[in-house]
Amino acid sequence: MVTSMPQGTTSGRAVRGGQGKPLLSVRDFNVEYRTGSGATVHAVRGIDLDLYPGESLALVGESGCGKTTFGLGLLRLLPRLGHASGKVTFNRGDGTEIDILGLDGRDLRQFRWRDAAMVFQGAMNAFNPVLKIRGHMHDTMRAHTKATKQEIEERSAELLRLVRLEPERVMDCYPHELSGGMRQRVLIAMSLLLEPEVLILDEPTTALDILTQRSIVDVLHEVRERLGFSMIFISHDLALAAELADRVATMYAGRIVETGGVRDMFYQPRHPYTLGLIKAVPPIVGDLPDMESIPGGPPSLAALPPGCKFNPRCGFATAECQEADPPLIPVTDQQGSAHEVACIHSKDVHLDRRVQDDLGTAS
Amino acid sequence: MTATDTAPAAKAEGRTPLMTLNGVSQVFDTKAGPIRACDQVNLSINPGEVLCLVGESGSGKTTAARMAAGLAKPSDGTVAYNGIDIWSMNRRDFSTFRRGVQYVHQDPYASLNPTRTILQTITAPLLKHGVVKGSKAAAQRAAELLAKVDMTPPESFLSKYPHQLSGGQRQRISVARALTLDPKIIIADESTSMLDVSIRISVLAMLGRLRDELGVGFLFITHDLAIAKYFGWNGNTAVMYLGRIVEFGPTQQIINAPTHPYTRALIDAIPEPDPDLTKTKGAGSLRSLEIPSLAHLPVGCSFHPRCPRFEGGLCDGAVPELITVRPGQSTACHVVARDGAGDAEVRDEPVA
Ligand SMILES: Nc1ncnc2c1ncn2[C@@H]1O[C@H](COP(=O)(O)OP(=O)(O)OP(=O)(O)O)[C@@H](O)[C@H]1O
Ligand SMILES: Nc1ncnc2c1ncn2[C@@H]1O[C@H](COP(=O)(O)OP(=O)(O)OP(=O)(O)O)[C@@H](O)[C@H]1O
Ligand code: SF4
Ligand SMILES: [Mg+2]
Ligand SMILES: [Mg+2]
Repeated sequence: MVTSMPQGTTSGRAVRGGQGKPLLSVRDFNVEYRTGSGATVHAVRGIDLDLYPGESLALVGESGCGKTTFGLGLLRLLPRLGHASGKVTFNRGDGTEIDILGLDGRDLRQFRWRDAAMVFQGAMNAFNPVLKIRGHMHDTMRAHTKATKQEIEERSAELLRLVRLEPERVMDCYPHELSGGMRQRVLIAMSLLLEPEVLILDEPTTALDILTQRSIVDVLHEVRERLGFSMIFISHDLALAAELADRVATMYAGRIVETGGVRDMFYQPRHPYTLGLIKAVPPIVGDLPDMESIPGGPPSLAALPPGCKFNPRCGFATAECQEADPPLIPVTDQQGSAHEVACIHSKDVHLDRRVQDDLGTAS
Repeated sequence: MTATDTAPAAKAEGRTPLMTLNGVSQVFDTKAGPIRACDQVNLSINPGEVLCLVGESGSGKTTAARMAAGLAKPSDGTVAYNGIDIWSMNRRDFSTFRRGVQYVHQDPYASLNPTRTILQTITAPLLKHGVVKGSKAAAQRAAELLAKVDMTPPESFLSKYPHQLSGGQRQRISVARALTLDPKIIIADESTSMLDVSIRISVLAMLGRLRDELGVGFLFITHDLAIAKYFGWNGNTAVMYLGRIVEFGPTQQIINAPTHPYTRALIDAIPEPDPDLTKTKGAGSLRSLEIPSLAHLPVGCSFHPRCPRFEGGLCDGAVPELITVRPGQSTACHVVARDGAGDAEVRDEPVA
């Protein structure tokens, strides 16, 4: 199961676009956390998902819906009190299939960074402050490869340039000497040092200002173009998903409630929750549209409502919605439709694009 | 030639704005030498109106807001309330100003005292300033205020501590506390918001109601022009860069017909919740991603090292002044001053 250290090329990789065999295949994936009182909360519930080579998947949803938990679970990075179950299969380019939940020791370490890497939520504020960027780069490479000092220097410089940083300047800086956006780009470069096939980015632009966000988005477009990896990025910012994703999955209370191609999801969302999230993003182009927020907040995992977990906040809900949690099923009968939704009233859900009122009020 | 000259309707009608910042500057001494975090800023705010202050991190928005709230004394220039310089006011006027202008720090995690219940947080200023007499009346008033910020039923929140509330709920509590003294102006400093979009919109809708129903004026600070557009559509927007206002005008014109290259960059950078539209966004039109240090400001127009319209000899000469380029809209850019801004109705170049 050992691959040689990948060189800086994209040869041998499937092209972008999501065809063929999935790179990562997730079935009935669950995560439970044990909490202080001995109780458990079910933070991720029954997720099925395929990630294809070269594909970019956005995982969206409000705070607390389980996005980070899902990402950590996929890479076996959950805290001690978290337990993942189900099946996660990773297909290496050479045809080997790896059962991720069964990995341990050396194989697990190998899987992380080389096959899959993650940029953690808030990590740009969690660098070791006494280590220069050079030190961070060297530590990462040395922990996972036998690369020489010279090789590490070269590879680090190559990746830093890819994220539009000057290696000569940045390598000798301490983390605090860099802006938030620069630190985030360093992290992206670090996560790509070992050329993983899958990169998970957790809220890569949250808490950065608009121009810095833009630079991160541009850098992600560029490196993906060059290196052709698959990407799962987690965000509560729908506009970011519209920009970066090929496919979108909406999570609510630990489940995927809708998934589909980026155009299906943004032009014909079929779940009231996806619709609500889209309507809550103020557009910059055009006159002022009516904005709507989703009433209330996500439910506590310890006290989920009966039936569809969204029903207490949902404008489409009827008594029937309280009876059973609807399964995720294809929107059309068409063979191979990748658009799936978990809502019994999905046929009534429509997005009117940008109805503009001439001089609307903001409230 | 200043933002206040070209600004609010009140001025045109000959009324004095309730609050003005006249050429205010703030200089900080730092290790790298003195820096001008705010440089000769002119602004005015009235009850029921919204003035948005927009700019990148470090552009001086909070520094300006703190001076407006009387929390910091300007190094230069004056902050006036009811036409009187707040730093030479008598005690009574100063206390009127303090009650009339409330600063709401919108970081939901830093703004509330973790050891106080919501009831204590809200009744403290009510009792201290004698707005109501007795704890019973104060509790009653606190419940009314919670209802005003959409926290209903109030009884279920009053005995809670901040850590038992979500980020959006904490923001609402900060606003309720600001409302205790019946302010004329709220200064809302959003910083880079960590809140979910849907929660942000519901908080803004609530603030919009306070503006419309109670006639509260807002100095609204954000780095996101889409949010400024949503909240301040019928007001004015000032765009700040490295301590200076570089563009000022009615929000609708700033959004739909920006003239300063920096304003355009800010608008172009915003992703749209629309996959086809957002792919047309002009990526990387800036010449540099790095924000220069305030301690070593570029000569001439301080935006010139990053500006896509930079012209050598022109932009790196004198500091451009904020001049009127269209009715109500002023810009500090040499190229716009020379070439004109065009008609506000027709954009010469689409933003998207
Ligand atoms: N270590 C833990 N122990 C117990 N519960 C946890 C733990 N970590 C997370 N949770 C709970 O699991 C749920 C999902 O949390 P998670 O961090 O995955 O959400 P998220 O979608 O990433 O949210 P955010 O947008 O705020 O990052 C939440 O209800 C959270 O309280
Ligand atoms: N007390 C201080 N001493 C020294 N420098 C300061 C002080 N307060 C602010 N600054 C500097 O002044 C500049 C403007 O800061 P300010 O906080 O006003 O920016 P901002 O526009 O509010 O940014 P953000 O969007 O990040 O909140 C920054 O360079 C900051 O480092
Ligand atoms: S199943 Fe019912 S409650 Fe759930 S999202 Fe659909 S309509 Fe709303
Ligand atoms: Mg998270
Ligand atoms: Mg600030």
